[in-house]
Amino acid sequence: MNYRHIKKFALLAAIILSAVVSHFSGGWNQYHLLIIITIGINIVLAVSLNLINGYTGQFSLGHAGFMAIGAYVSAYLSTEYGANFLRLFGGHAGALAIALLFLGVLILGGIAAAVAGLIVGVPSLRLKGDYLAIVTLGFGEIIRVIIQNTDAVGGARGYSGIANYTTLFWTFALAAVTIYVVVSLIDSTYGRGFLTVRDDEIAAEAVGINTTRYKVVAFVLGAFFAGIAGGLYAHINNSINPQGFDFQVSILIVTMVILGGMGSTPGVVLAAVVLTLLPEFLRWFAKSDLLDWLVRHAYQFLSPEHFAVAAAKTKELFESRMILFSILLIALMLLRPQGLFGALPRRKASR
Amino acid sequence: MPLLDLQHCTVRFGGLTAVSALDLQIGAHDLIGLIGPNGAGKTTVFNIITGVYRPTSGSIAFDGRPIGGAKPNVIAGRGIARTFQNIRLFATLNVFDNVRAAFNLRCKHGLAHALWRTPAFYREEENIERQVMELLDIFDLGRHRATLCSSLSYGDQRRLEIVRALATKPKLLLLDEPAAGMNPTEKEALTRLIRQIKDRFDIAVLLVEHDMKVVMSICERICVLDHGTKIAEGNPNAIRRDPKVIEAYLGEAPANV
Repeated sequence: MNYRHIKKFALLAAIILSAVVSHFSGGWNQYHLLIIITIGINIVLAVSLNLINGYTGQFSLGHAGFMAIGAYVSAYLSTEYGANFLRLFGGHAGALAIALLFLGVLILGGIAAAVAGLIVGVPSLRLKGDYLAIVTLGFGEIIRVIIQNTDAVGGARGYSGIANYTTLFWTFALAAVTIYVVVSLIDSTYGRGFLTVRDDEIAAEAVGINTTRYKVVAFVLGAFFAGIAGGLYAHINNSINPQGFDFQVSILIVTMVILGGMGSTPGVVLAAVVLTLLPEFLRWFAKSDLLDWLVRHAYQFLSPEHFAVAAAKTKELFESRMILFSILLIALMLLRPQGLFGALPRRKASR
Repeated sequence: MPLLDLQHCTVRFGGLTAVSALDLQIGAHDLIGLIGPNGAGKTTVFNIITGVYRPTSGSIAFDGRPIGGAKPNVIAGRGIARTFQNIRLFATLNVFDNVRAAFNLRCKHGLAHALWRTPAFYREEENIERQVMELLDIFDLGRHRATLCSSLSYGDQRRLEIVRALATKPKLLLLDEPAAGMNPTEKEALTRLIRQIKDRFDIAVLLVEHDMKVVMSICERICVLDHGTKIAEGNPNAIRRDPKVIEAYLGEAPANV
């Protein structure tokens, strides 16, 4: 095996591994399976946003908007036309027919998101930094409001009756594809162009790099994979609604990118895993015997009445897990501002 | 026919005329100095040649074709490369990638090849790598190939920026104050370097520089700007004695420059 093919080989191995693990996942706890699939979806989202925010340095806050487009387009197509498509295969819907249908709607959802990425990207990429962030944030909200007012997809009530096509296999195979695309793209003379746009646009243009084009490509490609992630998300939850794609989702994905280290794919993957698991861990921890045990030992020197108050307050803190989640994030950003895997030196404040 | 031909170029920013009716011709093998006191419009001239600004009036032709209004990356593709007064390297890339970035221009593969990783893609990448290393070795930067460019010494950073510009295979190289911030030894090395580039790559060089010693020692022809107007042009000896130049630099009383 030539070392050149190692990336393709790793992609293939990851896809096969997803298939094998997925095959044995039938008996798993549904709650655990849902968390694992959410991790995969978040990997797709974070790695694709990292192409825009991390590698190309264009601060986008609209990823949830692209995700929403992918989710609604694929869900609508599979729900409204899926049955007709499967009928083409002669009544009995085999696994292959479903796979074809699902892959098809995912890709169409991705393409719809990519087109939106192009439409948003071309005019707004004249903007830089905070201004771009505001425009993309506004775009995400516009998408959400449009969906909320579109009766064909249920408006604010949400769109339901979506088939459960998303499996562990699809999620992780597509996460692997996303990682492959971003990693192998960056590892080329063409792909290094993305980094030059981030580092110094003026210098990039002076050596002949078409910076506008790179930004648009980053936006379109990032949006495409966000659309795919949206499709996966729609087909694991029976129903989707516009609130599920509000700007907090975009913020969460941006947090993954920053926490992982802007422009580090392994870091961002790790951050996607950690940030998906952390709230679930805190949920479990708040109710666990471990917390009881810790509280008992930590406050053992207190008098009984003080102990009762302290123990109750502590448990209360852990129950409001989102507060703790924020505190942990702040602590991480203070301790490692460059992110978990951030190889980048800290940027100068002036740029 | 000159390689670069500026005809009556004027640049106005609101009420300020930064460059006024400038004529400048550069031949394919010239090494020309562009000097002038602070605010004379030297960097503006660079910026109109490289497409950062459009001249308010006048025309610019390069290699026989007009370039007025083209974008900087297009102009770089036509064969004009530049360095910057304040060094602009790609700070998070290593030395090798900084130079490799300049090959982007000539890179035939795009998105699809990078993803598909065809044999043609690898052949091209190998070819680019060989050329980058060749360039780095000529300028004695080969041993730093994996170094992050921000940890290079100041002189090396300047040199790397010139190497990066040369990697676009220009016909005309614009150097914007390459000696700024250098000590006398580094300046001497720079002078040698510019001569070496001229001999080895046989390209035209336009040099903006404050340091008279550097300019006088290497330029064959010097153009002096003051308040956006060309006040003198000629060989170093003529410029050194030109009363208008002396006045622009030192005020009215004649003195030895």
